[in-house]
Amino acid sequence: MAQAPINRTTGVRSLVTQPALEIRNLHKSYGDLEVLKGISLTARDGDVISILGSSGSGKSTFLRCLNLLENPNDGEIHFAGEQLKLKRGKGGALVAADSKQINRFRSEMGFVFQNFNLWPHMSVLDNIIEAPRRVLGQSKAEATEVAEALLAKVGIADKRHAFPNQLSGGQQQRAAIARTLAMQPKVILFDEPTSALDPEMVQEVLNVIRALADEGRTMLLVTHEMSFARQVSSEIVFLHQGRVEEQGTPDQVFDNPTSERCKQFMSSHR
Amino acid sequence: MNWETFFDKWLPKMLDGAGLTLELVTIAVIAGLILAIPMGIARASSKPWVRSIPYAYIFFFRGTPLLLQLFMVYYGLSQFEAVRQSWAWTYLRDPYWCALLTMTLHTTAYIAEILRGAIQSVPSGEVEAARALGMSRVQSMLYIVLPRAARIGLPAYSNEVILMLKASAVVYTVTLLDIMGQAKTISARTYENEFFYIVAALLYLAITIGLTRIFRFIEHKLRVDMLQGR
Repeated sequence: MAQAPINRTTGVRSLVTQPALEIRNLHKSYGDLEVLKGISLTARDGDVISILGSSGSGKSTFLRCLNLLENPNDGEIHFAGEQLKLKRGKGGALVAADSKQINRFRSEMGFVFQNFNLWPHMSVLDNIIEAPRRVLGQSKAEATEVAEALLAKVGIADKRHAFPNQLSGGQQQRAAIARTLAMQPKVILFDEPTSALDPEMVQEVLNVIRALADEGRTMLLVTHEMSFARQVSSEIVFLHQGRVEEQGTPDQVFDNPTSERCKQFMSSHR
Repeated sequence: MNWETFFDKWLPKMLDGAGLTLELVTIAVIAGLILAIPMGIARASSKPWVRSIPYAYIFFFRGTPLLLQLFMVYYGLSQFEAVRQSWAWTYLRDPYWCALLTMTLHTTAYIAEILRGAIQSVPSGEVEAARALGMSRVQSMLYIVLPRAARIGLPAYSNEVILMLKASAVVYTVTLLDIMGQAKTISARTYENEFFYIVAALLYLAITIGLTRIFRFIEHKLRVDMLQGR
């Protein structure tokens, strides 16, 4: 029996043993190509799990399956103790069986994209308040107040009336993170949040993510920023050819990997 | 050319014609837009059977001339006893309603295709962002995709409105006194053919300039400039 997790900020052992997010035996194929070959992963409250691996190892696909942006072919997803209801769709993949449930899951499971995906026809502020108003039913004033606090938190309060195209990549990604935070998610999924950025803008986004980790937020992070992953993560998962090849604490995975493939990967990324 | 008669007699008639042209076009393109929204959404659907529902309609109205469609409604329908006996005859006996109906049906088909293209041009990542935040299919269509598609499709829509303005000249063939109808009638009375056709041309040009201005203003209001360079 696993021990109850320790809250990273308070240091208190939580009484709730319910994992924030639990994935069991996730499979995903594109036609004959099997991308994910049975991945299981458990994130407890306050965990920061970085998912590493070379291109094509299935990291992003795995993340996108968790909120059904991609439809897995098999497996179970449990979120805050509730199992996601899935049914077999026409193409053979699993689709949401209860659209209300998946929309609720998504609203509580933040997702940050590589390409930000801000809505270019809305100001930064409108980008952030749209979902809280439409999905959570917040009033405009309420949502705006929250949004302005979040913009200040990610350091672009002065850009609230700007349009996404008027921002740098780093600022756009910070706005996208603020948009996700406005939904008060229980878990945040980051899909290579700095891969589309110029090198000089990577740090400003990583600093925001680091601040979120320090707050004790539960996060899954697909990234190529190795040293960052080592610093902020409570756990590292190394994917190779659709399988979990290595898993453990950062020190364990970075310094003493047991699998050959992981050793190779780590030594080439030093 | 007697200028006094022109200003007292003929110019007011030409302006009446411009009023009718403007009225027909305005109603047709607004009603057409409203009718085209569900059709455009259906055309952009990922389900083939949903896509196919408006297909025959759009195929017919885009594939045949407006003049032919107008004749089918104005001359064609009246030969059926059932039409003459129905409540619709109050309208279908009147060339004004026939023209308005035909123009609306015609432009609806074009606008629906403009809308389909615009909806399909919304980058999929932006739709994913809406869904990932918990918006339902309907919410993301209503609050994200349609407002976004409106901005993408606006230049094509304004083009369609100006095409309809010029195409509306066919309504003179069913006795309506639009710009073209007035010019034809007056020039037959005065034998000043070229003069009144030039006046008609100037009126069409003036309306075109006005419409262009209006659409430029809407583009400015919708911040279409903010979508460039992506």
